[in-house]
Amino acid sequence: MSDPGVRAPAVGRVSRRGVGARLVRAWSGDVGWSFRHSPVAIVSAIVLGVCLAAALFAPWIAPTNPFDLKTLNLLDALAPPAWLPGARPGYLLGTDDQGRDVLSAIMFGARISLLVGIASVALALVAGVALGLIAGYAGGKIDALIMRVADVQLSFPAILIALLIDGVARALLPRDAHASVALFVLIFAIGAANWVQYARTVRGGTMVEKNKEYVQAARVIGVSPLGIMRRHLLPNVMGPVLVLATINIATAVITEATLSFLGVGVPPTEPSLGTLIRVGNDFLFSGEWWITIFPGAALVIMVLAINLLGDWLRDALNPRLR
Amino acid sequence: MSDALLELTDVARTFDVSPPWLDRALERKPRALLKAVDGVSLAITPGETLGLVGESGCGKSTVARLIVGLHAPTRGTIRFGGVVVAGEGAADAAAQRAARRAMQMIFQDPYASLNPRWRVADIVAEPIRARALDTPSAAIAARVDELLAQVGLAAADSVKYPHQFSGGQRQRISIARALSTHPRFLVCDEPTSALDVSVQAQVLNLMRELQRRLELAYLFISHNLAVVHHIADRVGVMYLGRIVELSSTRRLFADVAGCHPGPGDDGEGANRGRRRGPESARPAVGMRISPALSPCERALPPRSPGADPRR
Amino acid sequence: MENLSVDFPTRHGTLRAVHEISFEIGEGEVLGVVGESGAGKSLTGAAVIGLVDPPGVVAGGKVKLAGRRIDNLPYEAMRRIRGREIGAVFQDPLTSLNPLYTIGRQLVETIRTHLPLDAAQARARAIELLEEVGISAAARRIDHYPHQFSGGMRQRVVIALAIAASPKLIIADEPTTALDVSIQAQIIQLMKRLCRDHGTAVMLVTHDMGVIAETANRVAVMYAGRIVEIGPVADVIHRPAHPYTVGLMGSIPSIVEERERLTQIEGAMPRLDAVPGGCAYHPRCARAIERCRRERPELEAVGTTRAACWVAKGRSR
Repeated sequence: MSDPGVRAPAVGRVSRRGVGARLVRAWSGDVGWSFRHSPVAIVSAIVLGVCLAAALFAPWIAPTNPFDLKTLNLLDALAPPAWLPGARPGYLLGTDDQGRDVLSAIMFGARISLLVGIASVALALVAGVALGLIAGYAGGKIDALIMRVADVQLSFPAILIALLIDGVARALLPRDAHASVALFVLIFAIGAANWVQYARTVRGGTMVEKNKEYVQAARVIGVSPLGIMRRHLLPNVMGPVLVLATINIATAVITEATLSFLGVGVPPTEPSLGTLIRVGNDFLFSGEWWITIFPGAALVIMVLAINLLGDWLRDALNPRLR
Repeated sequence: MSDALLELTDVARTFDVSPPWLDRALERKPRALLKAVDGVSLAITPGETLGLVGESGCGKSTVARLIVGLHAPTRGTIRFGGVVVAGEGAADAAAQRAARRAMQMIFQDPYASLNPRWRVADIVAEPIRARALDTPSAAIAARVDELLAQVGLAAADSVKYPHQFSGGQRQRISIARALSTHPRFLVCDEPTSALDVSVQAQVLNLMRELQRRLELAYLFISHNLAVVHHIADRVGVMYLGRIVELSSTRRLFADVAGCHPGPGDDGEGANRGRRRGPESARPAVGMRISPALSPCERALPPRSPGADPRR
Repeated sequence: MENLSVDFPTRHGTLRAVHEISFEIGEGEVLGVVGESGAGKSLTGAAVIGLVDPPGVVAGGKVKLAGRRIDNLPYEAMRRIRGREIGAVFQDPLTSLNPLYTIGRQLVETIRTHLPLDAAQARARAIELLEEVGISAAARRIDHYPHQFSGGMRQRVVIALAIAASPKLIIADEPTTALDVSIQAQIIQLMKRLCRDHGTAVMLVTHDMGVIAETANRVAVMYAGRIVEIGPVADVIHRPAHPYTVGLMGSIPSIVEERERLTQIEGAMPRLDAVPGGCAYHPRCARAIERCRRERPELEAVGTTRAACWVAKGRSR
């Protein structure tokens, strides 16, 4: 939906004009009021903001870079968190078996987790919304075809599909190439597993909106079907999609963590929170609990914040959608 | 008839409303075809208003949609400005598009006919942008202001959203949108049915004024006979997909004052006739403003409830 | 109804949708309540029967039925009055009937709720009612579902439901608006006949002056939550006193007269949160004087009707 540039007239791109003005309007409108009066939403937003900031600025604000082998000190390995006896200075949450600072590892790991989560949701959203629009607007055989494909896919669990795609990629790509594209394969796998819900939601909304008179008016005016889908239908069916997307980010992060925990996700050179949990799991019962518990707690807090925000968003948007 | 702006010749449209093929196969149900429009012929000259009336289901909205190209006719031809735009012998797509530029449509529901996410300026300018992509945006903005002024709205309204306007104002925005490409013909599908009486008066007055100033022709579809009587030069009455009566407004409505019961009446006409005595003040009031007492009933053949002869 | 008010508490403060309106309906009389969208006429009807949807609330005044106050009754007592003494007919017959039950079942349920009849007697009465409202083959069709009837037939069933317990008053809110024009005439005739035969009073709320002209004895014109004119129907229609009524009558197109231009009232009905001070109509009124801006007029006799206007024609002062 990107603007081609300044040359073409901004048909329907009014939303781009005055982004600042729109934010002000959103803040003082119903949704903004609901946000300001919901302590859960505010706290979740703050927590999520902190996580995002930590993840985004990790290279600059993390105490160490845990994946730069030159900075690791094996002598600091398996140090407990700072408030326990035996702690080493400079490692707030302790270190793992290779001397990596757990706190830094969490921040870098959150980066990967959030990147995979958001990117896969973006992929699923774009694919799902596009297919949903086409299915809803075209109807007939095209609609039937897309929906049957969706139904077939729904009968497989998402994890299984992601595993399948990942496995195929591993088999197809040469070994060394795989490590560098593993991230993209993972994003593609999780995205491909989740597009159906967007497609279904958008298809339903499209089928309702396309019979409304403003769409007929656009057809009379001579707008092409593609134009109608992009400029008329899309803005009007996106509401529920946003709510789905926020909640889906949480599940995508968990899916990625699961895959990494199983060992088929991100490569160990760029560990995500899931990888950290897996690595730390081996040490759980030998006493070095902090290696797995802290990444686990970070994952839970992040996902919880996203879920609560998504919940609030759904309720806040609901009266208007009605 | 060569000076006719719009010409329909034996236009028909059939919809397939059959149950899904599986049901048909299993339960041996026949195909069901609905003849929504069954041989309509009419012509509209420039600057004229043709009213089209009938009950719901008579096919008048389908005729409107056939004319503007939302449906394709299954029979017959539609000629606009000399170009065959639909049906047998239709011109190529480019010629059709060029011809249709002079035709626009106004819809019934002021709340659903404007995209709620678009600003008024974009809504009104959409026809211009859809047909002539290389008009500079300054020229478009100027034209939008001009159109809003023509329909009685302020230039400052162009940055607002539809939900900030009342039903009557939204219908004016629809009219402004329809006028943006300098059309010669407007199809109006019940444009005032959803409006309050005083707002309806504003919109009808506006439409008449625009017709005079811009030499527009209208096809005005309505179920409200009083409105049609006010605005139309000629009136066509539709019933079950056909035009059963087509004459000048004056002649069609002339019998209302001296109404008498006719065949197939359900007794009301008899009441009307009988009541024209000392109580004539009341029925005259009702007849003056109540479209419920329609002369249509005399023109219609008696029908049995439940049977739909179109199938 | 005495000084009835209906309020809506909102985030921005309390909005008053109906301002202290008072009127009477005599036995067997049909009172039309006419007004445009936003005038508050549907709310008035709902307030009488106690069905104002929250957050709306009846904020003052009294509603009396046959001398007895009914607006302050507890829920149970009000429930018993609904149906037995006050019936209701709403606009959309599609949603007034439960699509999952046969109309016979719905009728019998209503009858047995209010009258001490057993199942067989109730069914017989239901068939009687259906015949009375003009549904042929009633004994067979009583077991049909609502979707098997046409719109006009469904509305007849709704009317049958409303009169099932022989109420003294029926509130009809836009009963013919969703129907075809020719069916409207039939429903109007039916309601008139029933009122005559049963002596039921009707409060007919609508925006359609034609329906009022055909059915009502008296009519009240509402604007911005207040009654601006009230009187016998022929007088209000032919000799309106209030400038709004004059404008309203003038803006209705006529089947018999030919007019170049319809009377046009500039502007629109004010929103609830922007009602002008003094006379609510004065910004749109061609005959407004200084007093209209300052003081709100009360209903006073003007000729044969009562109008709330300082400059109404025929005003004694």
